[in-house]
Amino acid sequence: MSVNITIRDAVKKYGSNTIITDLSLDIKEGEFFTLLGPSGCGKTTLLRMIAGFNSIEGGDFYFNDVRINDMDPVKRNIGMVFQNYAIFPNLTVEKNVAFGLKNRKLSKDVIVEKTDKFLKLMKIEEYRDRMPERLSGGQQQRVALARALAITPDVLLMDEPLSNLDAKLRVEMRTVIKEIQNTVGITTVYVTHDQEEAMAVSDRIAVMNLGDIQQIGTPKALYQRPANLFVATFIGRTNIIKSTLHAEGQKTFITLPGNHRIELSTIMADQRKDQEVILSIRPEELYLKPEGEDGVKAIIDDAVFLGLNTHYFVHFESGEKAEIIQESQIDSILEKGSVISLGVKTQKINVFDKDGKRNLVMGVHNDLVGGAR
Amino acid sequence: MSREKSKRKDVWKLVSLLVILMYALILVYPLIRLLRESVIVEGQFSLQGFKDFFSKPYYVRSIGNSLKVSLAATAISLALGVPLAYFYQMYEIKGKSLLQVLVILCSMSAPFIGAYSWIVLLGRSGVFTKLLESIGIQVGSIYGFSGIVLVLSLQLFPLVFLYLCGALKNVDNSLLEASVNMGCSGAKMFFTVVIPLCMPTIIAASLLVFMRAFADFGTPLLIGEGYKTFPVIIYDAYFAETGGDHTFGAAVSVIGIFITAAIFLFQSWISNRHHFTMNAMHSIERKKAKGFKNVLLHIYCWAIVGLSFMPQVYVIYSSFQKTSGKLFVPGYSLESYRFAFTHLKKAIPNTFLIGIAALALVVVLAILIAYLVVRRANVANKVIDTLSMVPYIIPGSVIGIALVLSFSKRPLLLSGTAAIMVIALIIRRIPYTIRSSVAVLQQIPITIEEAAISLGASKMKTFFTITVPMMGNGIISGAILSWVTIITELSTAVILYNANTITLTLAVYTYVSRGSYGIAAAYATILTVTTILSLLLYMKLTGNKEVSL
Ligand SMILES: Nc1ncnc2c1ncn2[C@@H]1O[C@H](COP(=O)(O)OP(=O)(O)OP(=O)(O)O)[C@@H](O)[C@H]1O
Ligand SMILES: [Mg+2]
Repeated sequence: MSVNITIRDAVKKYGSNTIITDLSLDIKEGEFFTLLGPSGCGKTTLLRMIAGFNSIEGGDFYFNDVRINDMDPVKRNIGMVFQNYAIFPNLTVEKNVAFGLKNRKLSKDVIVEKTDKFLKLMKIEEYRDRMPERLSGGQQQRVALARALAITPDVLLMDEPLSNLDAKLRVEMRTVIKEIQNTVGITTVYVTHDQEEAMAVSDRIAVMNLGDIQQIGTPKALYQRPANLFVATFIGRTNIIKSTLHAEGQKTFITLPGNHRIELSTIMADQRKDQEVILSIRPEELYLKPEGEDGVKAIIDDAVFLGLNTHYFVHFESGEKAEIIQESQIDSILEKGSVISLGVKTQKINVFDKDGKRNLVMGVHNDLVGGAR
Repeated sequence: MSREKSKRKDVWKLVSLLVILMYALILVYPLIRLLRESVIVEGQFSLQGFKDFFSKPYYVRSIGNSLKVSLAATAISLALGVPLAYFYQMYEIKGKSLLQVLVILCSMSAPFIGAYSWIVLLGRSGVFTKLLESIGIQVGSIYGFSGIVLVLSLQLFPLVFLYLCGALKNVDNSLLEASVNMGCSGAKMFFTVVIPLCMPTIIAASLLVFMRAFADFGTPLLIGEGYKTFPVIIYDAYFAETGGDHTFGAAVSVIGIFITAAIFLFQSWISNRHHFTMNAMHSIERKKAKGFKNVLLHIYCWAIVGLSFMPQVYVIYSSFQKTSGKLFVPGYSLESYRFAFTHLKKAIPNTFLIGIAALALVVVLAILIAYLVVRRANVANKVIDTLSMVPYIIPGSVIGIALVLSFSKRPLLLSGTAAIMVIALIIRRIPYTIRSSVAVLQQIPITIEEAAISLGASKMKTFFTITVPMMGNGIISGAILSWVTIITELSTAVILYNANTITLTLAVYTYVSRGSYGIAAAYATILTVTTILSLLLYMKLTGNKEVSL
């Protein structure tokens, strides 16, 4: 049985140091939910509050309708996968997986059956009698996952489970994790500071910074319509350009470097007024215009060919720098120093107020609970 | 260049050779002499010594007695020490630094001081015995088996504690959290997760405690009364024989070596089956226990430590009591100290001279041997490694007898000199110091030495300017702990000493056996103070509030 998790006004203090001030969150049943944010922002802290290993200084935590603040961690029925796996080094793979089952006073047959099931599911049957010392990192990770899932927990918590693996294994294991979560259908809270990993596995992501949640949404929502400048820069790459917004009747315009004006039809109605803004234009939202066509003038500083795409590093006449991604062409790469003319995919770009606190474009989805925004 | 290189290599080969020669002289030769002595009677091969031993139930029973005493002491030490270490590492205990220092002091008191104090406290006319009798409680006899076990357990559980603290520091917090997550916490977690995780250390600590208990002779001598243990038999056998004939003593010693070797092999066999490695990313954090549990925790920890430290407090107290002849009389005086400082004047300087000489040699040799073993693995150094560990399993009194047999005739006439006492201490202490040096050296990546060599430093220069300084802290802490055990060593020294080479520990022993308890207490107090100062120095130098073995 899976549960939904509700967190209201959570507070976490270490001594007099407040790490999390006032955090609310809804995690749906069966969802793959990721906490994403820079190092030290409080992801692990929040996860361990859910698990019951950190004290809770304020607020309420619920599994369905049950308040769990004071529930013993033993009784929360949580499966947890630790960053360093926390596999018992003195037990074989099989005994590690069976450990939690034995504590449930299940009959021998059930223990054997369930252990087998998860050893098979995680494809580690052949290592069942091995000691953990003699397993590779990826195999240990599978054991940790099998062990956590074997007790059929209500919630699965994972704290940077892939950070100890090499790049290739990371990609492989995240697919495994995603697939297993799909099969088992268990509510999962996943912690990572790798945004690409978060995008790859999550149903929804909460982007955190300094103990606050900035935005909650699907990977697509976060990437295409970030709620603020922090989310825009933390998720994916983007060019940040200072600009001004002009309203002329029903129309709004932004000024790009070189005094190039373009019309934007995506600005929210109540924001269609003259103001300073910050533009976030992702590298693929800029495109090269054919020679002679009017556009934003830029000079190429460097070009990097990466197969599918070619990255151009340019500067504008104003001196501001930017990065552009183009699908690689069969003819030659543009030379350093050549002057090009750029167009902007106006439907895609995002416009923030001058503090970067708020996205002025329509269609921002933020599931933040009780958010002022 | 190439000539130079081969010359440098020779330096370490030379060191290997010298170390092997040294071991041949001070360890292998004495053991061979001992073996020879045990089977040669008047120039003829004879197993008479062994026959004598095995034909008398009195002797044979002593082996059983020793095994029983050692097993019981080991079991009780584990039962006391393991939970203590667990509580100490898991929970906030008030005054935990003091607690730890006291635990260590308990383990480092001179042997038999415990026995002596417990007799005074709980013996036939003991202070507590009378007190308890006056309220109608009969204390059973503490002489014999139960007394020996009591004293040994209270003196040896600190070793279990120290070993286990080290092991628990290597247990990653997330292992315990994983366990809690899967529905296993509290006492159940202690037995199903913590104990198995510490099993390799528990086995190692058990061996150490067992060997110490098995080889201890001061305690059974004082409190055993009719209950003879094996080391007492060795001691009696040695001193009963006069002149050049030590066949029986040698035979008993050889039997002793066989027994301890068998125990050692048994332990290695078990520990091989429990082998795995651990290292913690996040060590366990101490938590505050709540309410009643917290009270119980504190009572448990402080009661055990208080109980085991009581003998020393009592000894210090009685050193200030007034005496008349051998008896304590009401009132206080410094008479015992005046006597102690005016008689056996050599005891204090001897303790320091012999101790420091032994310590210096132990440290230098241990560093060299550790380097050979860790960095220059080859057959010769493998032999050195094995040889250096041999004394670990040989009872101290046996080493004493072997040394006397080997060095009492010209040209190797050393008996009665301070040199033989130093040699004995080196042999007995070096296994421990080598182990800690090896551990330290293994932490230092070899790439650092390679970097120095690639920058043009010679191998010897690299060793002295890079390796040794990096080992520095580990060496100092190891040395101070060795120092404490050196100055409290008894079982070998008691066979080798004479009036000129007497030390503080031996002085305590002498006066206890003469029944002059006040003076013995004064010497013991001086010894205890020296130990405490050494430990404080250790903590200051390592900047470490925690002592580890
Ligand atoms: N036991 C503790 N005592 C005091 N402060 C702590 C403790 N644990 C964490 N903190 C502080 O709380 C903040 C959040 O830490 P947390 O471990 O939750 O970060 P994180 O988001 O998981 O970072 P990372 O990605 O590096 O794991 C940090 O500033 C950290 O210094
Ligand atoms: Mg973290």
